[in-house]
Amino acid sequence: MIMEYEVVIGMEIHAQLLTKSKLFCGCSTEFGAEPNSQCCPICLGFPGSLPMMNRKAVDHIITTALALNCTVARESIFARKNYFYPDLPKAYQISQDDQPLGEKGYLDIMDSSRRIRIRRIHLEEDAGKLVHTEGEPFSLVDYNRGGASLMEIVTEPDIRSAEEAAAYITELRSILRYIGVCDGNMEEGSLRCEPNISLRLRGAKEFGVKVELKNINSIRAVQRGVAYEVERQSQILNEGGTVIQETRRWDEANGVTISMRSKEEAHDYRYFPEADLVRVVVDNAWLNRMAAALPELPQARRERFIAAYGLPAYDAGVLTESKEIGDFFDKVAAISHDYKAVSNWIMGELMRLLNETGQSLEQTHMTPEVLAEIIALVDKGAINLKSAKEVFEESFRTGKAPSKIVADRGMTQISDEAALSGIIEDVIAANSKVAEDFQAGKEAALGFLVGQVMKETRGQANPAIVNKLLREKL
Amino acid sequence: MTMKLSRKEVEHVAFLSRLALNEREAEEFTRQFNQMFEQFEKLNELDTSQVEPTAHVLQMQNILRQDSVRASLPVDEVLANAPDREDGYFSVPRIME
Repeated sequence: MIMEYEVVIGMEIHAQLLTKSKLFCGCSTEFGAEPNSQCCPICLGFPGSLPMMNRKAVDHIITTALALNCTVARESIFARKNYFYPDLPKAYQISQDDQPLGEKGYLDIMDSSRRIRIRRIHLEEDAGKLVHTEGEPFSLVDYNRGGASLMEIVTEPDIRSAEEAAAYITELRSILRYIGVCDGNMEEGSLRCEPNISLRLRGAKEFGVKVELKNINSIRAVQRGVAYEVERQSQILNEGGTVIQETRRWDEANGVTISMRSKEEAHDYRYFPEADLVRVVVDNAWLNRMAAALPELPQARRERFIAAYGLPAYDAGVLTESKEIGDFFDKVAAISHDYKAVSNWIMGELMRLLNETGQSLEQTHMTPEVLAEIIALVDKGAINLKSAKEVFEESFRTGKAPSKIVADRGMTQISDEAALSGIIEDVIAANSKVAEDFQAGKEAALGFLVGQVMKETRGQANPAIVNKLLREKL
Repeated sequence: MTMKLSRKEVEHVAFLSRLALNEREAEEFTRQFNQMFEQFEKLNELDTSQVEPTAHVLQMQNILRQDSVRASLPVDEVLANAPDREDGYFSVPRIME
């Protein structure tokens, strides 16, 4: 018999914070430097060195805690998490155990239909990077990342499906980027997510055995990895087996999860207070400063775009996913009040060209004024939509003013009836058979004639006027 | 003397710290650990229910630095104490993943 299971997922994410220097020392956090070129006695854990905390990293955690509706701890302490592993030069990681900086928040997903509770947010140092070469008897260690500031965000086990897991990461990543605390790059590992997944019979109180998933490098991988694991576990349970508590890695190429076979030692981290760091006290002034600097968050912006601009929910979702695009929309909408047109241009041409060039908006020549001008040119009939797209692309690439492109390329739309009249008569004369078909009631024949007029005018005729004149003359 | 801490627990702690204890040391540390435990039992007789746990003996707070980059060590110095190195990396016995 196939049982009905409830999927229970808790999510742990690690986000590298956008700080120039590491958490406890002045070493650079720049990505891609030569191995072990960004290390010093502090992050290498040399005897006698002392850590000193980066204020910016604490700021980032407070900001995130506020954005995720958490309570910010007014007094926070740090702890040593002890374990031996070559990615950790000190044999302990400075982290937080009790009294984390943020606690008891939530994040709403799926159009606010689901609330995922946040258990805690804390600050810790990152570990070094291990490189394993197939067949070699050694592993290599690069400590450039060691000691960089890292934020851990842990949810309650509130996620119920692969879709929700993906929606949670999508929304969270969007927020982290909006508030500027993490670049959200999952491929480079600056945002890593580890879902733990278990199944239980629907209605059961007890949780099932959970499996932790690692090596997830994209949002698509979150969805696929979790879906695979749910399927794998239900099959085991349906066959009367038991799920083993373990860590498995997602194999993107083969679309499966694989047991990591790491020695299953009971976690015994022996946390104790880090005596090299004094407590962090967040007073009202600090908290208020962080709260005041909080930008409008994606969900609020989505709701505003729907309410204030009358945009469809789909448009609002696409336009607010990145803060940069949302800001751009607001600026264009302040000049051009044809909001749906603004939305269409951004979701269509702008995003197409950004994807194609791999550029961020600020790297291009597109400005709110340019887009507003193009929309105005179309609205007053100066150019048709096809020409407008060419103008948009040229402005995007070169920064040339739309009116100048229109003039230089002779794109001005022909709306003058007298000027079009002669051309239309010529087209009718040259296609008398088609004209007769139309007169006999074949409506589709008109389209062909419009096309011929457009061809004669190199696409510059105003299609609405051509249509009207053709009907009159026939 | 009743043993609060078993020899097995001492061996576990030694393993977590990657310490190899011989027979004599395991015996001796078990005895010493238990003596320490007794001392703490003595302290436990005090009523501390009204006392906040102490995370740090210093009353200082918020010792923070600005987020600015300072020079790191040359790679050669970073690797100076490494038992083994390879292309600028520390080389360690293979870790199974």
